[in-house]
Amino acid sequence: MAQDIQTSPKPAGISLETSQKSWAWIGVSPFFIFALLFLILPTLDLMIGAFQDAQGGFTLQNLANLNTPSIKSAYWISLKVSVASALTGALFGFLLAYAVVLGGLPQWLRPTLMTFSGVASNFAGLPLAFAFIATLGRVGLVTVLLREFAGFDLYRTGFNLLSFWGLTLTYLYFQIPLMILIITPALDGLKREWREASEILGASRLQYWRHVALPILWPSILGTTLLLFANAFGAVATAYALTGSSLNIVTILLYAQIRGDVLHDQNLGYALALGMILITGVSNGAYIWLRSRSERWLR
Amino acid sequence: MAFLALSDIRKNYGPQTVVHKFDLAVERGEFISFLGPSGCGKTTTLRMVAGFEVPTAGSIKIDGKEITRLHPNKRNVGMVFQSYALFPNMTVAENVAFGLKIAKKSAAEVKSRVEEMLNIVKLPHLAGRYPYQLSGGQQQRVALARAIAIKPQVLLLDEPLSALDAKIRVSLREEIRSLQRSLGITTIYVTHDQEEALSMSDRIVVMSEGRAEQIGTPFEIYNNPTTRFVASFVGTLNVLKGQALDPASGLMRVDGQEIVSAKPLPAAAGAECSVALRPEVATIGHPSIAVADGKNRMIGTIEEVSFLGSVVRIRVRFQENAIKLDVFNNPNAAPPERGAEVAVSFAREDVLVLEGGHA
Amino acid sequence: MNQARIGAWIATILGALYFVVPLIGTFEFSLRMRRGEYSFDAYRVVFGDPQFQATFAYSTLQALATIVVGVLLVVPTAYWIQLRLPKLRPVVEFITLMPLVIPAIVIVFGYIRLYNSSSILPMTASARATDLLLTFSYVTLALPYMYRAVDTGLRAIDVRTLTEAAENLGAGWPTILFKVILPNVRSAILSGAFLTFAVVIGEFTMASLLNRPAFGPYLQNIGANRAYEPSALAIIAFVVTWACMGLINVFGRGKQIKAAP
Repeated sequence: MAQDIQTSPKPAGISLETSQKSWAWIGVSPFFIFALLFLILPTLDLMIGAFQDAQGGFTLQNLANLNTPSIKSAYWISLKVSVASALTGALFGFLLAYAVVLGGLPQWLRPTLMTFSGVASNFAGLPLAFAFIATLGRVGLVTVLLREFAGFDLYRTGFNLLSFWGLTLTYLYFQIPLMILIITPALDGLKREWREASEILGASRLQYWRHVALPILWPSILGTTLLLFANAFGAVATAYALTGSSLNIVTILLYAQIRGDVLHDQNLGYALALGMILITGVSNGAYIWLRSRSERWLR
Repeated sequence: MAFLALSDIRKNYGPQTVVHKFDLAVERGEFISFLGPSGCGKTTTLRMVAGFEVPTAGSIKIDGKEITRLHPNKRNVGMVFQSYALFPNMTVAENVAFGLKIAKKSAAEVKSRVEEMLNIVKLPHLAGRYPYQLSGGQQQRVALARAIAIKPQVLLLDEPLSALDAKIRVSLREEIRSLQRSLGITTIYVTHDQEEALSMSDRIVVMSEGRAEQIGTPFEIYNNPTTRFVASFVGTLNVLKGQALDPASGLMRVDGQEIVSAKPLPAAAGAECSVALRPEVATIGHPSIAVADGKNRMIGTIEEVSFLGSVVRIRVRFQENAIKLDVFNNPNAAPPERGAEVAVSFAREDVLVLEGGHA
Repeated sequence: MNQARIGAWIATILGALYFVVPLIGTFEFSLRMRRGEYSFDAYRVVFGDPQFQATFAYSTLQALATIVVGVLLVVPTAYWIQLRLPKLRPVVEFITLMPLVIPAIVIVFGYIRLYNSSSILPMTASARATDLLLTFSYVTLALPYMYRAVDTGLRAIDVRTLTEAAENLGAGWPTILFKVILPNVRSAILSGAFLTFAVVIGEFTMASLLNRPAFGPYLQNIGANRAYEPSALAIIAFVVTWACMGLINVFGRGKQIKAAP
C-alpha cells in the first residue's frame, strides 16, 4: 500500500484532471489496437482478398467461381440448417422459458433449467456430436432401443443423423438453451400490471399477448433468433465431427479449403469467407432495421 | 340498494387469512378510501373487486349483478395501478384507446373518446408520446384516462399517487377528486396516506390485519375513532396513562394530577386506565392564569419545540406522560421556550376514551 | 389456468427428454467398451492416454492465458469507458459483439492470411508465436462474454464514487485499479473466466487451423478413429462444462449474499 502511494505521486492525478480529454483516449487504446489487429483487420483483409487474383490485381473471378453447384448447395444447406435450427430453437426455447417463468410450475424447476441451459448452450462442438452419434447414430442407444423393442427402424424412414434433419436436431441442443438463457430475463421484464391492466380493460389472454406482450418482447426475440442463426451458420466442429465431409455445408467447405484438403485456391477461400460475412452482415442489417422499426418506444 | 356490495368477503392464502369477514356497501357515485398500513389487506380486497383475486368466501355485486367469480375482462371495472402500468409499446393515445379497441368501438368513436379523455386529464398535446417520455405525474394521468375511457361502472385506484413527488401528489389528488365528482363514478381508493384519505373521501374504511376497523366519514373517523388502532393510525395521538378514580364520572389521575373525561372510563376504580388527546385540542398558558370552569388543566414542562411553519408543535412533559400539542404560529410572538413551566388545558369532551383495550 | 399448467408441464417434460436422453445414450455407450458387460474401460483408456494429458494440459494453459489477457484487456477498458468515455460505450459494445456474428473460422482464416510467415507480423512463423496468436484468437472469441460480465459487474458498483473516494485518500491509478475496482468486480470476472474456460477448453476450429496440439483437435482425432472413447470424452467434457457453470453459480451467489445486508 505504502509503496503504491510512493510510486504514484499526487501530481499525476492532477495533470490527468487538467488534460482529461486528450489523455482519456490512452486508457482505451489497448482495446482498440487489439480489436483492430485481431478482429477488424483480419476480416477486412479477407474481404479485400476476395476481390484479388493471385497476383494481387482486382478481379471478380473469385466471386464468379462461387457459382458452382457444389458451392451453391453448400451455402444452401448451411442457410437451411441455420434458419431451421434458429427458428425451431427460438420457438422451443421461448416455449420452455414461458412454461417455467409464467406456466405456474414448481419453483425449483426454474434454477434447474437455467443452470442446465448454461451448461448445454456451451456444450457444443465435438462432444455434442459424439453424444448424438452415441444416441441417434446407427448403433446409438435410441436407434437400437427403437429397433429392438418397438420394431421401428429409424434409418428405414430415411432419417440420417448425417443429414439436414440430423444436423438441425443436433444444433437444437445448444440453440434451445441459448434462447432460454437470453429470453428468460426478457420474460421476467413483463410486468404483472401490464397483464392485469389489459385484462381489466377487457382484453383476453390472447389479445394481451398479441397487442402487449409480444410487441414488447419482439426486439429480444428477433435479436436472439439472429444470434442463433449466426451461431449455427458459423459452427464448424459439430458438423465436422458429425458428418466428416459427407454433408457439404459452407463452413466445412471453407475448413477444407484452408487446410488445403481439396484443390487449393486461396482466393476462392476468401470469396467463400466473404460470402459468409455478407450473409451474417445482411442478417444483422435486417435485424437492426427491423429493430429500429419495432423499438421506437424504447429508451 | 347499494351499487357495489361486498358481503362477508374472506380471503385465505393457504392457512393464512389475509381478509376477514369484510362487509361494505358503496352507494352510486361514492368515493370510498381503504386506509391502512401495508399488509392490512386493503390491496387484496381491491384486487378481489377487480377480479385478480377470487374470494375464499363471500360475494361481490355491482348494481345487483353477482360478479364474485367473473373474469376481470368481463367486469367493466377501471383500475389505476401504483406503477402506472402503461403499455410501453404504445403511445399515450394508443394506451387510452386500448380498451375501446378491444371493445370493438368504431374508429371514429375511439378517436373522439380518446380526445375527450386526454382533454379531461389535460394532456391533449402529448397524444403521440411514448410512456418513457412522460413524467410520473403525466403517466398517472394517462393511466387514469385509460381507465375511465371505457366508462367503467366502478373505478379502482391502488395507491396511485405513492410513487409521485409531494407537490404533484397534492395537486393530482384534487384533480382526481374533482374528476370523480364530475363523472359521478363510483370509486374505491386504496392508500396508506391518511391525509389523502381524509381529504378525498366521502367515506373511509380503516383496515388493520385484514379487518375493517371502522367505516365512516373523514369527520367521524378523525373525531370519533372507535378503536385505538383507528385513533393512532389516523392523525397524531397523545396517550395519557393513569389510574381511574371514579370511572362513571370519568375522573382519573395522571402523574398526580386529576383530569375528567366526558365519557365514562372503561376500567374499575383504582385500575390502570388510559385516554387520548389530539394535538390540536389542547392549549397552553401561563401556570398562573386560571382556565374556564370545567376544563381540564395540567401543569408540565416544555421539553421540545419544533417549528413546522403554520403551526408550532410543542412537547410538554408531566412526569411519566408527555403530550404533543399544536399551536398556531404567531409572527409577533416568539414561540415558548424549552424548560418553561406551562399549564395545558383541554375540554372534557376532547378526551378520547378508546375501545380496543391496551396499546 | 389449469390447461395452461398442463401445457407447461408437457413442454417441460418433452424438453427434459430431449436434453437428458442424449446424455444417457452417451453415457451408456461409453460403458460398452468391454464386450458383454458395462465397464469404465473407455475412461481408463482415455485418462491413460498421454496424448489426452498433453492436449488437455495445453488447452487448460491456453484457457488460463486467455483469461489473464482477457481480464487485463477488458477490465481497464470497461472501467475507463464507464468513468471517462461513456460516449464510446456503443462503439465498444458493438466491437465486443462482433465475434458473435463473424464466424470464428472466418476470423482465424484472416489471421492466417494477415500474419503469415512473410508478413510484417509473422505470428505463424514459430510455434511460440502461434501459441500467442491462438491465445489472442481465444480472447477475441471470449470478448462478448468477458466484456458483458465485467461491464454488468461494474455497473452494479458506483465506479465514479469509489474512484473519487480512493483519489481523495491519495491513492494512485494502480492502487485504484488493483485494490479498489478489481476486488469489487471479482465475482463478475470469475463468472466471465469460467465461461471463457468452458468455451476454450474444447475449441476445435481455431486450434486446428493454427495447427496447435490442443484438446479440440485431439477430440476430433479420437472421434474419427475410435468407437467408445469419444463417448467417454463427451461425458468428461460435459462434466467439465457443468463444473464451470456450477462455479459461476457459486460465485454469482456469493456476491448476492454479500450485497443483501
